[in-house]
Amino acid sequence: MSDSHAMETPLAVEHEARPELRHHFADEQQQRNAASLGMWWFLGTEIMFFGGMFCGYLVYRRMYFTEFAAASRTLNLPIGAFNTVVLLCSSLTVAMAVRFAQLGNRKMQVRMLLLTLVFGLAFLGIKGKEWGDKYKEHHIPTFNHYNVISGEGALTNVKGNAELLGLDKITDPVKRQQREAEIQQRTKIFYSLYFALTGMHAIHMIIGVGIFIVITWMAHKGRFTPEYHTPLEIAGLYWHFVDIVWIYLFPLLYLIDRRGA
Amino acid sequence: MANHSEHVASARLYWLIWLALIICTVLTAYVATVDLGKFNTVVALGIATFKATLVALIFMNVKHTSEKMTKAILISAVAWLLLLLFLSLADYSSRLAG
Repeated sequence: MSDSHAMETPLAVEHEARPELRHHFADEQQQRNAASLGMWWFLGTEIMFFGGMFCGYLVYRRMYFTEFAAASRTLNLPIGAFNTVVLLCSSLTVAMAVRFAQLGNRKMQVRMLLLTLVFGLAFLGIKGKEWGDKYKEHHIPTFNHYNVISGEGALTNVKGNAELLGLDKITDPVKRQQREAEIQQRTKIFYSLYFALTGMHAIHMIIGVGIFIVITWMAHKGRFTPEYHTPLEIAGLYWHFVDIVWIYLFPLLYLIDRRGA
Repeated sequence: MANHSEHVASARLYWLIWLALIICTVLTAYVATVDLGKFNTVVALGIATFKATLVALIFMNVKHTSEKMTKAILISAVAWLLLLLFLSLADYSSRLAG
């Protein structure tokens, strides 16, 4: 950020030799820093946005821990872990795409971006399969057929859940019914938070895929050079952020209490 | 003419970070099945925070960014988040004790 440079260039004149450099910036580095800083500000607001939901999750998890743990066990752990790996791979390819842009390798840049899109869509597909399973198990909290007491999605189908929820010790049928109604209501809160959190994350993924389709097209057209690849860089920041949200969602939703599983 | 102060990380570093992230994912899924008492949650969140830190520092280039304000924004955003979480938990823990 050299002031001397700004001094010798008339301020209102575009940098004709450098079409990407807007006239209100002194040099490329200042322009790049401003763009990246803008994205970081946005990500700061995103932390607060997801933070509210994480906070609601923590408060209810503390209140209804056993019910949350029992419901968490119905989520598909191997698939959840696999999806985490898929997302981490997409973060690697994004980081690599930025690196190839820095090195001026257009071909590898486009390849890495296409791989990113494949990983991103694979994540969404797997997530959709999980949601479909939840529908079949009657675990969608807004539908009238929500049922975690009997049928295919009964919590007690999972090993150790009857003991965890204390259902194995209740012999009196009236007391059992009361406890089951309580479980039904409290796990509904878990599944509501599960769908709100994974749903919001998925919306961010869909937006991310949309952004990266444009970025891939720009990369294909050779728009990014070692001197200028800011759109790719800040789109990458967004992608990594969405990855970080999932890094926290995975243990918080899938791994509440898997001891002895 | 162009200012080449941008940091270019080695491909090897990116692969190593990726490998560490994958290992941590497998580790966290495995450790969750081991009975550590109250520490299961602590370990799970600790591993998640380690992974998030790796992604932020290396993939998001926080470690080598030329913009000093990035760190200020990140630290303040995380600080406000922790304030929200800790004060809310303190509130609910004390009001609905038992």
